Amino acid sequence: MSTQASTAQPSYLVDTGARKGLLAWLTTTDHKRIGLLYLYSMITFFFVGVGIGFVMRLVQLTTFQKLITAQTYNALFTVHGVIMIFLFVVPGLPAIFGNFFLPILIGAKDVSFPRLNLASWYFFMAGAILAVLSLFTGGGAPDTGWTFYAPFSLKTGTNVSLAVFAAFVLGFSSMLTGINFITTIHRLRAPGMKFFRMPLMCWALYSTAWIQLLATPIVAITLLLVILERFFGIGIFDPSKGGDPLLYQHLFWIYSHPAVYIMILPAMGAISEIIPTFTKRPIFGYKAIAFSSMSIAGVGSLVWAHHMFTSGMSGMALMIFSLLTMVVAVPSAIKVFNWVSTLYKGSIDFEPPLLFALTFIFLFCIGGLTGVMQGALAINVHIHDTYFIVGHFHYVMFGGTGMALFAALLYWFPKMWGKMYSKKAIYVSWFPMFIGFNMLYFGMMILGMMGMPRRYYVHLPQFHTMHVVATVGSWLLVLGLIIFFATLLYGILKGPKAEDNPWGGVTLEWTIPSPPPLENFEVIPTITRGPYHFDQQEKA
Amino acid sequence: MSGHVHRDDLGSRLGMWLFLVTEIVLFGGLFIGYSYMRYKYPAEFHHGGAELNATLGVTNTLVLLTSSLTVVLAIVAIQRAEKKRALAFLGTTLALGLTFLVIKSFEWGAKFHHGLYPNSPHLATLPPGEQVFFGLYFTMTGLHGVHVVVGLAVLSVMFWWVATDRVRQDRYIHLENSGLYWHLVDVIWIFLLPLFYLAA
Repeated sequence: MSTQASTAQPSYLVDTGARKGLLAWLTTTDHKRIGLLYLYSMITFFFVGVGIGFVMRLVQLTTFQKLITAQTYNALFTVHGVIMIFLFVVPGLPAIFGNFFLPILIGAKDVSFPRLNLASWYFFMAGAILAVLSLFTGGGAPDTGWTFYAPFSLKTGTNVSLAVFAAFVLGFSSMLTGINFITTIHRLRAPGMKFFRMPLMCWALYSTAWIQLLATPIVAITLLLVILERFFGIGIFDPSKGGDPLLYQHLFWIYSHPAVYIMILPAMGAISEIIPTFTKRPIFGYKAIAFSSMSIAGVGSLVWAHHMFTSGMSGMALMIFSLLTMVVAVPSAIKVFNWVSTLYKGSIDFEPPLLFALTFIFLFCIGGLTGVMQGALAINVHIHDTYFIVGHFHYVMFGGTGMALFAALLYWFPKMWGKMYSKKAIYVSWFPMFIGFNMLYFGMMILGMMGMPRRYYVHLPQFHTMHVVATVGSWLLVLGLIIFFATLLYGILKGPKAEDNPWGGVTLEWTIPSPPPLENFEVIPTITRGPYHFDQQEKA
Repeated sequence: MSGHVHRDDLGSRLGMWLFLVTEIVLFGGLFIGYSYMRYKYPAEFHHGGAELNATLGVTNTLVLLTSSLTVVLAIVAIQRAEKKRALAFLGTTLALGLTFLVIKSFEWGAKFHHGLYPNSPHLATLPPGEQVFFGLYFTMTGLHGVHVVVGLAVLSVMFWWVATDRVRQDRYIHLENSGLYWHLVDVIWIFLLPLFYLAA
């Protein structure tokens, strides 16, 4: 394996400009530093979200209800959703790993618009700060749920306007990142890096960027209408003025369902990078995975109304959306089969990134298949707005996107910081995380099947046993998360120096030093073949 | 960290077009709302449209279309290195944009004077469909107005950059992109005109 051990350029972690320290980071236009800025801020928000979720589980142990009012509980699930979705799961993988690795994976020195990239981070932080402010100012924390459904969001006295404006600003950040990535992929690929020679992470980011571009403005205008409604009473969602609250739900989900694919596509991209590296086999069905990313982006834009099966729509509309919902499972299944086929007869190296990648596949399958279940109209009516839904989307978002983000973090960690974490501690963290995760969210799905509605402050006695199981699961899960992130933090601070290519990967990021130099490549490479060719490595 | 700032005019133009796509989708959400409401309340929308001043609407359309033309002429002038002419055309564009806003403010002012503004007591006495019509009218023309203001701000910066030679014959992508944005503002208005003023 040839590595450029000595390089004239300093690492991106060393300040080379006129500014030093924190100021140098806050004014950086380097895509790698911006990726880390996103990482640090998002992990912080993630833990705030985890803390709120933890308290919500405690409330369901009944004893804790004396400490928290029902109104506070409403605020907690709203804020938990807003933080986790808008500040962590939606922007997570593209903003962190897309920023850090997209230019490296296609052999570029940076994204197309580095300054716009930094501006996107500031938009993100501004939105985040506004979201936090909305908790403590005005009429108190919003209590509508993260979906801000009209007409309640128009009438409630809590601070919905500010929270909604925060989501609007965050949307801007997401859109600008999308514009940046599409332009980068079209304009900055290294010589010979044809579209079908790009690593699959780039395809995933490309399709994600298109959804960000085409879906986000819809939620922006919808949220803007909520604000206008609250301040000026324009009446578009207000039935007493001739408006229609159902229109809100449609406009909201036209964005927010594709947003689910903004969350999951880059996760799938990261998994498609990890699996070949640890099986030392070219990925099975490269083009099928690339095209399935694009078709998920396409079909996923046409399924939004499956969130509204009980809201009142024509029977025809119900059946069409039910069918499309099931169709979107096809490209997802294509990916899963391709990953499993790649593992088949591979020389499997069971390192931590692969462990979490396989965890992703397992949990995502449960989340995906329960999603198909809910696409069926008859079942949906039974489980609509129950804990089943809550369990299902945590399997997809946390078990899917979250685990993939952890896998990506473990995979690229040595490249990003040039250090290595303790693999043993990561294996140890996996057990409580995995067991706790399934107790918590599978427990929720069972509760939902039994009839436990979501967003309820109290529960009937027959649900109590499963609630206790789920709450104990949440303790194990949090324990696992703490070990996991403590291990990584220790690795960054005190870990041993990592090699340039610790996993034997063959994509471009493994050909440059760890951590990467300021401009990534000393000489822009010329690409002559597809991304996953391990034969060359075996000869060397 | 300016080591890797590179110049890619085609990339900048692509980025601008992608941004314009997001703007179209942003208004697209409102157009969806409009079509649904108009389908629901055809008679009320007809009646609401009759209350709007079509003469002012058409005048404003001509003003905006002319301003789009002058922006193009400014770009052509820059390409020919005719700085003074470019500044004159840009100045005309700015003046026309302001004219649009002045006419718009007279129009809105007249509506307010007749008690037609969101949440007004008079509006509450009208049938629900008309209330939605005026809700959409103020939202959509208002959001468009915000875009006109942003466009004018951007073009003012361009005026300054042309004057200080930051935009010049061999480097005019910023002016070109600003022009694209201005055309978008124009195009959206072209759809707003028939949907509201000519709805009657």
